[in-house]
Formats: sequence, structure tokens, C-alpha cells
Amino acid sequence: MQDLSLHILDIVENSIDAGAKKIEIIIKENIKQNMLVLKIKDNGKGMDKNTVAKVLDPFYTTKKTRRVGLGLSMLAQAAKEAEGDFNIKSKKGKGTTVTAKFVYDHIDRKPIGNMAETIIVLIASKGMNVDFIYKHHKNSKSFVLDTKILKKELNGVPINNAEVLNILRENIIKELKRIEVLT
Amino acid sequence: MKKLKIGDLEKIREKVRRTANLRQGKARAKITVHMGTCGIAAGAREILSALLKEIEKKKLNDVIVTTSGCAGLCSREPMATVEITGRPPVKYVDLTTEKIKKVLNVHIIKGNIINDYALAIGSERTH
Repeated sequence: MQDLSLHILDIVENSIDAGAKKIEIIIKENIKQNMLVLKIKDNGKGMDKNTVAKVLDPFYTTKKTRRVGLGLSMLAQAAKEAEGDFNIKSKKGKGTTVTAKFVYDHIDRKPIGNMAETIIVLIASKGMNVDFIYKHHKNSKSFVLDTKILKKELNGVPINNAEVLNILRENIIKELKRIEVLT
Repeated sequence: MKKLKIGDLEKIREKVRRTANLRQGKARAKITVHMGTCGIAAGAREILSALLKEIEKKKLNDVIVTTSGCAGLCSREPMATVEITGRPPVKYVDLTTEKIKKVLNVHIIKGNIINDYALAIGSERTH
């Protein structure tokens, strides 16, 4: 994976596969503490302790199409390379929370990448059935996008409509510039 | 924390509603971009983004775009499956942004399968 926005897309796809109807994506960039935190929290079917213990093994997967499961192990590796930390908490029937921490200015820390496109792709493909909450904090500035609220505002117009997606994309970029994630 | 509130959404709400019904259950075609770890690493997000932009450009209201996991052919990613109502699904492999635009224009709009990009015709359906 070239950047963290692609890792996030990959982990969120896991949440969708797990039947999640609400997925939170939280990014905290704290330059003072020299730390970057990613958190993906879902209300999917969750995992038992035995499964959680195995998910970082790249040769473990619950999928039938192939024999490897690289998504979580690659994100854990990316955190490790940037002297960070990786944690996964899950409860069967309740959901899963994946947290990855990175030393912000570490030379091997992957760039955040194009979060606007990751969010738009998720809304376009699954936004009708899944609610996404995207919170992005940078130092003291932050913004939140909540598709449940947006759907209410749209009053029946599909959130995956091409024109709606275009406006959302422009607004996410504008907000990321406001909180100085994008320059 | 500032919540994203978009005034423009209200402006287009009425305009969109007139054509939006096609998107909810009356779709003519569905494109599934395979978005497993392998697909994402190979560029599936860019494929889906290019597709969305082309759909907006062509003002197509009856094409559904969705995603699925890995189909088991990681070396042929990025992949997408095109399903047109009443016809067998077609799986396209080794996609680029240019190829997916051509798939939309030639297969979905004109109804002609692009054999050079297709891996298989008549594989599994996603609905």
C-alpha cells in the first residue's frame, strides 16, 4: 500500500464484509506530541478471542477465495516501521476497533494520502446501506463528516448520486485544507 | 468540532430527485469493482474514482457502482464485473483508468463486450 488512506479503505472493507452498518474513521494528527493515530471502529459481527489472536498472521484468513490475509498485518507492519503501535479489540456480536499509531515525523511513516477519495469511494459503493463517520483532527483543528446527517439533509435523494458525490468531494477537500491537512 | 454541513446539497436536492429514482432499484447496469487488499494495492480505488467521474460526465442515472472483496485472482487486479440486466456478467481484469472508461462507454452504453480486456463471461453474479 502506498499510503495510509489505502490501508484505511482496506480495513473499512473488512468492516463492511463483517456486516457493519456504522463505521467510524478517526484520524488524529498531533504534531506537538509527534503522533499520528488512526482508528477504525465498526459495529459488525466482531470476532472471538481465538480469531483476534490470529488476525495478524498473514497466512490466516476467513475468506475462501485465497489463503492469505494481508490487510491487517500490512497496517500493523506500517505502524511498526514508524516506531508505532497496533491494536485490535473485538467482541463477538458487538464490533471491532482497529487502532494504529505512528511516530509523526518518522522517516518511514507513510503519508496519509488521499482521504477525500477514500471517503468518496466508500460512500459511492456502500453509502446507501452503511453510515460512515469520518473525523479528522489536526492539532487544535478538526472536522467531522457524518453520512447519517447528510442523508437526512438529502431527504430521500441517494447519497451515492454522482452530483452529490462531487459536492461532497469538493467539501471534504475544502475542509481538509481548512484544518491544514492539505495545503 | 465543526460538522460538515453542505448548503449546496439543498440546492441540488430537487434537481436530483427528478432523476434519482432510476438509481434505486431500476438500474440497467451494475459495475462491481473488486476492492480486496490486492485490488486496493493494485489501484482499485483509482479505477472506481475514474468510473464515478465518467458516470457523472455522461450523466448516467441508471448505473450502480459497488464493491466486493477479492475474487481470488490477485495477480489480475484491478478487476471489475459488469452486469447488464438480462445478460451474463463479464469480468474484466488488469484494468487501468483508461480501460474502465472504455468499458463504460463501449460495454455499458453501447452494449458491446470488450473481449481484449475480459477474463470470463458468465461467471458468478453479485446479486
